[in-house]
Amino acid sequence: MKPKPKGFKKVVELRLYVAGQTPKSLAAIANLKNICAGTFEEEYRIQVIDLLKNPALARDHQILAIPTLVRSLPVPICKIIGDLSDTERVIVGLDIRKVKPAKTKTRRQPA
Amino acid sequence: MASRKKSSSRELLRLEKTPTGIPGFDEISEGGLPKGRTAIVCGGAGCGKTMFGIEFLVRGALEYNEPGILMAFEETPEDIARNVASLGFDIQDLSNKKKLFLDYVSVEPHEIQESGDYDLEGLFIRLQSAVDAVGAKRVMFDTVEAIFSGFSNSGMLRAEFRRLFRWLKDRQLTTIITAERGEGTLTRYGLEEYVSDCVILLDHRIKDQISSRRLRIVKYRGTKHGADEYPFLIDERGMSILPLTSLQLQHTVSSERVSSGVPDLDEMLEGKGYYRGSSVLLTGTAGSGKTTLAASFVDAACRRGERCLYIDFEESRDQVARNMNSVGIDLAQWTKKGLLTHEAWRPTQFGIEMHLLRIHKLIEKVKPQCVAIDPITNLLNGSSDKEVYSMLMRLLDSLKMAGITSVFVSLTRGGSDLEQTTVGVSSLIDTWILLRDVELNGERNRCIYVLKSRGMAHSNQLREFVLTGQGVKLLPVYVGPGGVLTGSSRVSQESRERTVAIEQQREVERKRLEAQRRRLTLQAQVVTLQTELDALERDEKNFDREDEKREEQEKVDRDALAKSRGSK
Repeated sequence: MKPKPKGFKKVVELRLYVAGQTPKSLAAIANLKNICAGTFEEEYRIQVIDLLKNPALARDHQILAIPTLVRSLPVPICKIIGDLSDTERVIVGLDIRKVKPAKTKTRRQPA
Repeated sequence: MASRKKSSSRELLRLEKTPTGIPGFDEISEGGLPKGRTAIVCGGAGCGKTMFGIEFLVRGALEYNEPGILMAFEETPEDIARNVASLGFDIQDLSNKKKLFLDYVSVEPHEIQESGDYDLEGLFIRLQSAVDAVGAKRVMFDTVEAIFSGFSNSGMLRAEFRRLFRWLKDRQLTTIITAERGEGTLTRYGLEEYVSDCVILLDHRIKDQISSRRLRIVKYRGTKHGADEYPFLIDERGMSILPLTSLQLQHTVSSERVSSGVPDLDEMLEGKGYYRGSSVLLTGTAGSGKTTLAASFVDAACRRGERCLYIDFEESRDQVARNMNSVGIDLAQWTKKGLLTHEAWRPTQFGIEMHLLRIHKLIEKVKPQCVAIDPITNLLNGSSDKEVYSMLMRLLDSLKMAGITSVFVSLTRGGSDLEQTTVGVSSLIDTWILLRDVELNGERNRCIYVLKSRGMAHSNQLREFVLTGQGVKLLPVYVGPGGVLTGSSRVSQESRERTVAIEQQREVERKRLEAQRRRLTLQAQVVTLQTELDALERDEKNFDREDEKREEQEKVDRDALAKSRGSK
């Protein structure tokens, strides 16, 4: 959603596919925000895609389950499906690392 | 559920159906698949599930103007396009023309992690956009079960499947889902629990290294349908199902007669030959002249200008042509003129249904008035009696429906009962001609007789069957105190008879001459006697005259004497 340019950091590109304002979609958006609000070393960019508004993307991006979180960078691409309520799995799945809480809290703040 | 309520309130309305366009299937299902509902096509690997579905979509788009959606879970559209191109389907072209929407749904479990609740809304969104894109009426999912391997939340999957089928039904989309057959169940993931309107089972079995495909409608709610296992084929023109057992005995018959190609045999069949559109069985032991008789029939038909189809399971076209030349039948000329289509293939080349279908397709292509199949017994090599019987029954039925006169050659194996066909088709046959060998005096001769011929007063005679340079000749056999004689014994018997006849003739001649001689003798005697008689008559007259003269003289003398006395 809000890319934070930090030149020396590894860039993580995330796309969250949702379908309208369903409870699951809203939960996923909120959960992702929370996770990313945590403390990470990487630089991340988040994009939320509403497939109801752009249905062709479901085919182009091979989306089946809703919500789906796709990490398109760094390669290889990986997908996490669900409302992202299991934070540990998201972190493991995205292969992102937490750094010390003190530093990161202020640094990573998605809008 | 909603639509079921609707249909029960309008009971008189029949279940609407969507024709698949697959040859044969719409007949056995009495119209096709249930309209606006979902049908499962299940079966093991390689049984033709995908083919069935794709043909449903392609024919829908081409023949019924019903665009379709192909949701492929296992193969990419490019792969599918390549696979079905060999069957004459250009799905890429249909896709370009917006008659078919291809969507490849990739489900790759290894790159997916799960975290919390989700559903398959993405699938619905994709479906909806596809429906909107082409105005689809038909949908096929191939193989939707792939989803089961991609997601672990089985409770969610079940709910989503239920929702999917309801969604399809609400939009009146006629749908086929293909499913892999499971152990002891129709589908591996129990999809039939959700879709219970129509279940079609495909089967691919191998017997004696020959494969055959079967289709069965396991279930079809709200309609009657053929319940048998129907053989089907996938060939260069797609899928074809053979529903021929559903045919009834309703063919019209002709009273026109066609020559058997052997004038002497026609003579045995009321002098006219076979009925047009009837089926003729030629049975006999090896080398008894069956093929020659069949070839004579074909030759005569071509001579009349009719189209013929000769199917050979034993010899190649050239071999038959050469062999028939030796008895004065030139089949090659008819092939050249395009009247005769001579096809030869090995009976073991493929399964019995394939044979039947191939014959059907040939008949469709050639549109013959006469068909000869030589020999049907060879079909047994790859199949059981029962299968061959059912295949022949279906073939006979369809030939009769088309009014095609057919000749079947059947080999009677050494030692088996002559009046029993190996395949047991005799009851289906109208005219049965039996050829047999008679061994006598160190030679083997051919005999022929008409065992049965429905609807005509056929000859009850046994004839000797002789192959000459001018075709087949039938000779009356010698039937005498010594039994039936054929070949050289017949010839010697005939010559004995000739000798006796000559003897008798000579005797008669002798007697006639004798009588003539006696007659001439008697005539001569008659002449002699007549001469004597005449002489006697003459003498008699002479005597009379002399007597008169003498009396006159006496009178003269007396007068003279009286004169002389009176003067005194």
